[in-house]
Amino acid sequence: MIPSTFSYQRAGSVEEALSLASEHGDDAKFLAGGHSLLPLMKLRLAAPEVIIDLGGLHDLSYVDDKGSYVAIGALTRHHDVEHSEVLAREVPLLAHAAGQVGDPQIRHRGTIGGSIAHADPASDLPAVLLTLDATIVARGPGGSREIPIGEFFQGLFETALEPDELLTEIRVPKPASASAWSFQKFTQRAIDWAIVGCAVQDGRVALVNMGGTPLRATATEAALAGGASPADAAAHAAEGTNAADDIRATKAYREHLARVLVSRALTEASSRS
Amino acid sequence: MSILGTRVIRTEDPRLLTAGGVYVDDLRTPELNGAAHVTFVRSPVAHARITGIDASEALAEPGVIAVLTVADMDDLAPPPPSSGEWDGSPAPLGGPWAEPLLAIDTVRFVGEPVAVVITDSGYQGEDAADLVTVDYEPLPVVLEPTAAVSDEILLFPAADTNVCVAQAASADDTPFDACDVVVERDFVNQRVACLPMEGRAAAASFENGRLTVWVSSQNAQVSRFILAGALGMAPEQLRVVVPDVGGGFGGKIGIDRDTITLAWAARKTGRALRWAETRSENLVAMTQGRSQLQHIRIGGSRDGRILAYRIDVIQDIGAYPRIGGLLPFLTCLMAPGVYDIPDVQAGFRQAVTNMTPIAAYRGAGRPEATAAIERAVDLFAAEIGMDPAEVRRRNFIAPDKFPFQTKTGAMYDTGRYEEALDKALAAAGYDQLREEQRRRRASGDPRQLGIGLSSYVEITAPDPDAGETAKIEVTDEGSATVYTGSSAHGQGHHTAWAMLVQDELGIPMDRITVIHGDTDLIPVGVGTYGSRSLQLGGSAVHKATVEVKDEARRHAAEMLEAAEADVVLDTSAGLWQVRGDPDTALSWAQVAGHTSGGSLIADVSFVQDRPTFPFGTHVSVVEVDTETGQTKMVRHVAVDDAGIVMNPVLTEGQRHGGIAQGAAQALLEEVLYDADGNPLTSTLADYAAISAPDLPSFELADSETPTDLNPLGVKGIGEAGTIGATPAIQNAVIDAVAHLGVRHIDMPTTPQRVWTAINEAQKASHQ
Amino acid sequence: MKVDLTVNGTNITADVEDRMLLVHFLRDVANLTATNVGCDTTSCGACTVLLDGESVKSCTVLAAQASGHEVTTLEGLATNGEMHPVQRAFHTEHGLQCGFCTPGMVMAIVSLLKESPHPTEEQVRNGLEGNLCRCTGYHNIVRAALAAAEAPAEVSA
Repeated sequence: MIPSTFSYQRAGSVEEALSLASEHGDDAKFLAGGHSLLPLMKLRLAAPEVIIDLGGLHDLSYVDDKGSYVAIGALTRHHDVEHSEVLAREVPLLAHAAGQVGDPQIRHRGTIGGSIAHADPASDLPAVLLTLDATIVARGPGGSREIPIGEFFQGLFETALEPDELLTEIRVPKPASASAWSFQKFTQRAIDWAIVGCAVQDGRVALVNMGGTPLRATATEAALAGGASPADAAAHAAEGTNAADDIRATKAYREHLARVLVSRALTEASSRS
Repeated sequence: MSILGTRVIRTEDPRLLTAGGVYVDDLRTPELNGAAHVTFVRSPVAHARITGIDASEALAEPGVIAVLTVADMDDLAPPPPSSGEWDGSPAPLGGPWAEPLLAIDTVRFVGEPVAVVITDSGYQGEDAADLVTVDYEPLPVVLEPTAAVSDEILLFPAADTNVCVAQAASADDTPFDACDVVVERDFVNQRVACLPMEGRAAAASFENGRLTVWVSSQNAQVSRFILAGALGMAPEQLRVVVPDVGGGFGGKIGIDRDTITLAWAARKTGRALRWAETRSENLVAMTQGRSQLQHIRIGGSRDGRILAYRIDVIQDIGAYPRIGGLLPFLTCLMAPGVYDIPDVQAGFRQAVTNMTPIAAYRGAGRPEATAAIERAVDLFAAEIGMDPAEVRRRNFIAPDKFPFQTKTGAMYDTGRYEEALDKALAAAGYDQLREEQRRRRASGDPRQLGIGLSSYVEITAPDPDAGETAKIEVTDEGSATVYTGSSAHGQGHHTAWAMLVQDELGIPMDRITVIHGDTDLIPVGVGTYGSRSLQLGGSAVHKATVEVKDEARRHAAEMLEAAEADVVLDTSAGLWQVRGDPDTALSWAQVAGHTSGGSLIADVSFVQDRPTFPFGTHVSVVEVDTETGQTKMVRHVAVDDAGIVMNPVLTEGQRHGGIAQGAAQALLEEVLYDADGNPLTSTLADYAAISAPDLPSFELADSETPTDLNPLGVKGIGEAGTIGATPAIQNAVIDAVAHLGVRHIDMPTTPQRVWTAINEAQKASHQ
Repeated sequence: MKVDLTVNGTNITADVEDRMLLVHFLRDVANLTATNVGCDTTSCGACTVLLDGESVKSCTVLAAQASGHEVTTLEGLATNGEMHPVQRAFHTEHGLQCGFCTPGMVMAIVSLLKESPHPTEEQVRNGLEGNLCRCTGYHNIVRAALAAAEAPAEVSA
């Protein structure tokens, strides 16, 4: 119910956050919205000795139109991503998906950077950013670097971030046709994690919870590029995936859902364009 | 005009809405100042011998006061011997099935308490409990009830069998031989969690030889009785206080081993103690509900008459049979439901398994009965190709046959089953729904409509001779206090009892206080479960008001120097006067002031001859996405007839809550274990508790068929909604895909189950 | 460590463990016990309070994170003894039975209505996806939210 003991440090700036991370190394974890990390700590599935609270880094909360792309600060709360006018206009897929994360209380606290860095393949935003071909900006002791989203998710809860790096910004290229999107999240109840989900934009299709990382449905994308109809392309949706068996669904059922959801998403996206 | 039957919003609410309720964990009473915290160390394995407990690391931690195990319980006498055979009571079987307070040498379910850690703070308790090392030698695990009844692996070697209670049904097949059509099927009525929003919680303080226990319970007096026996104390040495309770649903009837252990530990250590379980503990260590395997046979003629019905139940009771064989007994008692079936056979075997103990949960045995017969009736209807509403109509117990003795031994008091069905069908627009269903089937719409029915009857106040108590005191200030043996945990008794007093005595509700749940103030009482409170507790309040009124009339007559027959009470004004002479009016304050003690008191108990039987029909309308198996509840129409409605606001609330829990079982909830007996649904992230977006608003239709068994004409509404809703929704989901060849889907009808059923039916049809 | 919160308009400074959850700070340090703990996986919403005016689950916020910020609990909702429209609506619509989920439910709805002053039933139900109730079946809670939305404009929390 409650975390084991830790030392709380509040960072006043990105530099201070990085310096604390360097100082404490593996003993420390960053705390953004806290709605990925704290639940784990409360069940004692994670027990960092030091928590570096980023909550005071207000200058990392923004959604800026940068012309060819939208720049989103890592500490932008899901609620603000959901209600961003810039995103409503330029990348409605992302605004919509942010509104599907958890529940309203969670969305008031959870951040896009925290969610991405946590890299749970069952969460919604990693797959959406994969569809959108986003770029992750990370700051470390050596400076900033850009990580293409395709290289960012490396395994279950594993990303390309180094332990002493902080995810600071997400850059989302504006889609060719903003309105040609769809997000299908299949759950038993509204608050549940997706049993399977998919996001579609610009002929790119990404899957939620069909493997240890969010996955692009490359066989479907190839079929589409080859002129296949949404239904025919969707038939390939489970290829190359590695869905789990758990209490919510078997692998076979997940594969079936992937095909159904991708078909619906492709149809919806093209009806919107 | 009587206030009874009118919509009265609750007197309980202003406090709850502004300051919040005071639940056990909120108590800041002086006796608990500086109370230490209790944290339980629980077994992480389903079946094992305990070979060692090492608390040394824990004891070295800051704030740790003690770590106690069963070895420290040397101040408790062993429980009295029992034959271990079921005597029909809702009490633990004892004997070879005895459940200890803390595990002795064997643990039998994940979550079984093994040790108690006492610390200054709750946070320290969690840390210290993690450091208590218990060595376990695993034993083979029994989870499937069919495996349990085979007795290959025994949970209680001293008992020689896992089948702790059994009631055989007849072995005679001839009633079915006479039937044109016989359908036979297995059903699973799955294990669900009780899940009150407030888990179990207790606190205790031992001072001057007296033990005070605060507990989240549905009955303080029963709890005191249990504590007295377990701790070897006289009842006078014990006080049990039940503060606000955050939901019970049957899981908080009396008190369980963890609370007794806490009370014992408070006496043992001399420290005041407090405890509130976490949700993870609650989902493995609070009793759970249902968990039956049912084998049914239903037979009849092609014209729709049901001639024979048989149900064989295997009840999984979990690791310890805490309420004897009560649940499957009630299932068998209520097996035939609302139908006049000439031959009914019902029997059960109850077996222990290495899972959380099962006990009462909203409906307690009756939802299981209704789910079985209502599925059976639909299967029969499908077999003969008749509309399920029509089959029901042709088999109801006729309205002129009441009181009706069923073949299983229940005596139904009053009922108008066909009328309830008609009302529900009309409210639902049944014919239009079937038309819409036909349209969608014809067009091959991937989203199909399902319409499900459930006609039910259920037994309330199943222990009517236990009765209920009420004491009323009217003071010389003109206010009244009601002391009730009932024990509300959300039902609104305080409002309802105050309405009864205002109605009979003319004392306004805002001058009436209702008190429950403190054995110092109410030493005798029975409590709230089995939907008994309005009929028994309310009738007791009514009886007390009549006695107060009689006593008051005597005093008023003396004061007015009139004959008693000439003295009347104007209830609209709360004034006693000589008939026709308002100038003689006396207030309640004045009359009470005339007594030697300064107040008018009546202290009564009310018993009822027999249980009552509310009934109704529910119609569920669902939409099933046949491509994914996903179900959406579109509408839910309910007729629940529990006799006279005292306060529609309260009755509606009970019906709504009941329907939601019924829907939860039909569609979503299930307690799951892996093959080693490890719980897979021990947090609310995994256990699919029903939420607001999963439900529609409900459509309730009214029906009042009074009972003659109590002066209020009321039956119990608390569990009826759950009993009626579950089968209607399950039937609706199956109905939605029946045209694809699906005949049955077990609950919960998850998307994957529905999709699998569709696939299997389609495969079968291609063979 | 030292934390400094404003709770229902009153400043509270206390020395607490770094790991203290906001819900426990409110219950045990500020002595405001209306906010309840109903689960340990951020699922049930019984602990919902307002943090700087927005609904959050206080079991998943550290007191340390809330230091320097404003918290509103159920006890702080009424103004000058007058119930907030949401509290009043819960009373008139019978939106509570045992009352345990109610403080969190009320605060969630206060926040919902601030962001969405005239929600549809569907929006109310979706907005309550993070708040579990076992007693009411949600029917009257939804009615209370809709009734409060129609009430005359009041001072917001």
